[in-house]
Amino acid sequence: MKIKRSFASIVFDTFNYVFLGAFACATVLPFLYVLACSFSSEKEILQRPFYIIPRHISLSAYEYIFSSITLPRAFLISIFVTFTGSAIAMFFTLTMAYPLSKKNLLGRNVLLGMVSFTLVFGGGMIPSFLVIKSLGFIDTFWALLLPGAISTWNLLVIKNFFQEIPQEMEDSARVDGCNALGTFVRIVLPLSMPVIATFTLFYAVGYWNDYRSSLLYTTDNKKWPLQLVLRQIVLMAAGNIDGATFDAAYTQPPLEASKNAVIIFGTVPILLVYPFLQKHFVKGIMIGAIKG
Amino acid sequence: MNRASIQLSKDKKALRKAKREFNITSIRKDVWLYILLIPGVLHFIIFKYLPMWGVLIAFQDYNAYLGFLGSPWVGFKHFIDFFSNPDFTRLLSNTLLISLYNLAFGFPAPVIMALLLNEIRSQWYKRSIQTLVYIPHFISWVIIASLTYSLFNSQGVVNKYIIQMGNNAIPFLTSDNTFRGMIIGQTIWKETGFGTIIYLAALSGVDPQLYEAAVIDGANRFKQLWHITLPSIKSTVVTLLILRLGHVLDNGFDQIFLMSNSLNRNVSDVFDVYVYTIGITRGAFSYSTAVGLFKGIIGIILIYSANYLAKKAGESGLF
Repeated sequence: MKIKRSFASIVFDTFNYVFLGAFACATVLPFLYVLACSFSSEKEILQRPFYIIPRHISLSAYEYIFSSITLPRAFLISIFVTFTGSAIAMFFTLTMAYPLSKKNLLGRNVLLGMVSFTLVFGGGMIPSFLVIKSLGFIDTFWALLLPGAISTWNLLVIKNFFQEIPQEMEDSARVDGCNALGTFVRIVLPLSMPVIATFTLFYAVGYWNDYRSSLLYTTDNKKWPLQLVLRQIVLMAAGNIDGATFDAAYTQPPLEASKNAVIIFGTVPILLVYPFLQKHFVKGIMIGAIKG
Repeated sequence: MNRASIQLSKDKKALRKAKREFNITSIRKDVWLYILLIPGVLHFIIFKYLPMWGVLIAFQDYNAYLGFLGSPWVGFKHFIDFFSNPDFTRLLSNTLLISLYNLAFGFPAPVIMALLLNEIRSQWYKRSIQTLVYIPHFISWVIIASLTYSLFNSQGVVNKYIIQMGNNAIPFLTSDNTFRGMIIGQTIWKETGFGTIIYLAALSGVDPQLYEAAVIDGANRFKQLWHITLPSIKSTVVTLLILRLGHVLDNGFDQIFLMSNSLNRNVSDVFDVYVYTIGITRGAFSYSTAVGLFKGIIGIILIYSANYLAKKAGESGLF
């Protein structure tokens, strides 16, 4: 089929292709530049403007990073928090979402009302801090793992997904003598594997990227995750720039290249899971959007 | 009392009894469901509702030594202090300006991008663009702030080009004039691509026959956009706008906090950052809770009024 296109239409299409292509480039180029910088010498970073292939490959930035235990330790802490956190979060979210998906559960509407209310109002930073403090969670991993263990949004989306599973499948299991727990574990969860994968990844990304909990609840800098150390390194380097002062705890300024190497450290794990994430998240978002 | 009413009250009693028995049996039948609920409900009570109850310290002179129960009540003292503080107008205008810019530029950006993506016919090109523009959403604010620092500092790439063109370096990170632009730019860069998902889904649900009919009636591409595409995403736009309005006083603590420094404090001090500095850094718990509570209550009022207005305008609204 051939459609006759007007001149204006062709002009628009050209502009559209170029514009979106440029936008897409703008999202990746900063990362490529930082990656190149992390392998460059200090001199090259200072002298050359934008580039994505360094003239001389230098590993000094990575040597600097691994010369102290701070960054490798922070990296391991982040990995630990990410894995344990997303496991805990999925446990809390799935176990709560399943009963809430049962329309004839007594007290369901009250619970759903209470859950939804947290979308529009929250206690805020200081009362949450005081609660964490009085629980004795300051400077423990619990403070990084538990407060974010249920995202209300994710909970409601998963609840909606459970509601879509045909009740007949569960009924047949019940007739065969399975109780609600057995039905949940043996029928519902296996049917929800794609959703479970999606939201585990969502939570994992959230825990990996989270720096607010550690900023608020961790005073001991030996327990800092990567994001907080990264912030300190960035702020510390930036402290020398333009005369601005930051309340940075470090005293030793890092190399410009190692700052870039740290950024790469924080980004690469996300980019590694991104292909898996991308396969599912569009669907994950839409389950929630259809029956918000 | 006549017989009919006696009969009626007996019926009511029987009905109530039956209902109670039904409730008990249904609870017994669903006992596993209730057991499954326990961890989640505890989580909500401890981490969501206990802090909500804790906002009461906004009406106290909270003292960590005396605790929540022992601290003296002072009524609206902290609110009065806050409203009469010269910081208040500055914070309010900083917060609102950033929100307004975000609403004016950040909100339409994904709508426009979704419409542009929708016009692309080559599927692989469209998919490659989507793959790339979704990435920044998953990158943390710490990393994005770091990228911004390394690109925009006085010796950064951007300033290198500005100097090469014979101009003076622009202090992007430390100037009052550039701060809001940087914040909006970051938001657009990070969230525009991801924001298109929901609109693209709405667009994919449009019946292609509508377009065919429009073409037969002689509609050009702009007319198709105006009469078919836009109406089909209208309700999605309205819903997201309501949600956005509820957060007019939230600027996102993470982003602003990371981008603020001593030289741009005049414009970077917003409610979220203020609560942190006053509350956590200086330990004025009650005062900062009052600030947070003020923000939260305005948020609720805004979200419910926006929802009401949307319903008035014939949209389905959120609740």
